[in-house]
Amino acid sequence: MKIYGVAMLAACFLIGKLMGAFLGQLLHIDGNVGGVGFAMALLILVNTLVYKRKSIPEETSQGILFWSGMYIPIVVAMSATQHVKAALTGGWIALSVGIGGTFACFLLIPLVAKIGKSQSIKEK
Amino acid sequence: METVYALIAKNGLVFAFLFVGIIMWLSYWLAAKLTHNKVSGAAIAITAGLVMAYFGGEKGIASFPLFAGVAVLGGSMFRDFAIVATAMGASFTEIKKAGVAGILSLFIGIGVAFTFGAITASLMGYVDVKSMTTIGAGACTYIVGPVTGAAIGASSDVIAISIATGVIKSVVTAILTPFIAPKIGLDNPNTAMVFGGMIGTTSGVAAGLAATDPKLVPYGALTATFYTGLGVLLCPSILYYLTSLLMGS
Repeated sequence: MKIYGVAMLAACFLIGKLMGAFLGQLLHIDGNVGGVGFAMALLILVNTLVYKRKSIPEETSQGILFWSGMYIPIVVAMSATQHVKAALTGGWIALSVGIGGTFACFLLIPLVAKIGKSQSIKEK
Repeated sequence: METVYALIAKNGLVFAFLFVGIIMWLSYWLAAKLTHNKVSGAAIAITAGLVMAYFGGEKGIASFPLFAGVAVLGGSMFRDFAIVATAMGASFTEIKKAGVAGILSLFIGIGVAFTFGAITASLMGYVDVKSMTTIGAGACTYIVGPVTGAAIGASSDVIAISIATGVIKSVVTAILTPFIAPKIGLDNPNTAMVFGGMIGTTSGVAAGLAATDPKLVPYGALTATFYTGLGVLLCPSILYYLTSLLMGS
């Protein structure tokens, strides 16, 4: 049933967030360090280990794929609730650092990417 | 009219589903009709969201009571829950292969953003170490900025600037990524992981990749989620210390 997939996703989400919270405390930061990253790794792990022999039941994976498909609409809702006015009132310095700094990082991406060369996803 | 408001107020989240669904439908229709899908519908929808947020207050469009549900749908709980779900499509082999570059990009990304921010701050009159560090941290994300500013005791206007800087970075990334992607070879999991590490603002990275190629979202999101934590670790400590050494105070 679909709820099995959603429940599995929820479990990975909560356990991952917990790991991030503990890591945050360990490093004396009052925040979650990489909680979502751990949760994603957990879901991938569960997917590859638990469903190694027989593939994941269709209904169960549908439960997760629904939330995966809801991602872009959630990002749209998120951007509609940003404090965009604050961004603009931050003045010239916020604009120059926000745009300039980002551009500097964009330019370095091809360079850093050369380190871990791998074929593009389109070839799959 | 009163009953309509009351009904929507009680079912805010469901109204948000309808509201976002309409925005998506219009954006994808515009993308096809006006730009023959050269500009992705997701990019138009995200930009439309940002434009509407401008007319709102601190919570963007959710400052109007009618749209309070949009803040729930777009809140960090659903956002993180859905990001994790996109990991369904990610392949473990790709992640392992790109691991080294991904980790390296996190440190380089924070270093470059911080340095750029701190230097620009000093050039524009903020020469004291606390302000330079806070604005440098703002160049990382709109979370690392205020957390660092609060940790080292920077003044509130500088903290506000760091938040604004982070929000602008997220907005710029969300809008520009689809256009810059072809020029930086952002079309494969490895580069997507490096992109997540170099840019780091989870919302900007995720929105930018969603508008470029949804298959890449999990890879970029995976590294980006560690960026903020690492930034909050490095900025108020090592980078603050280095800045004070350099400024000789």
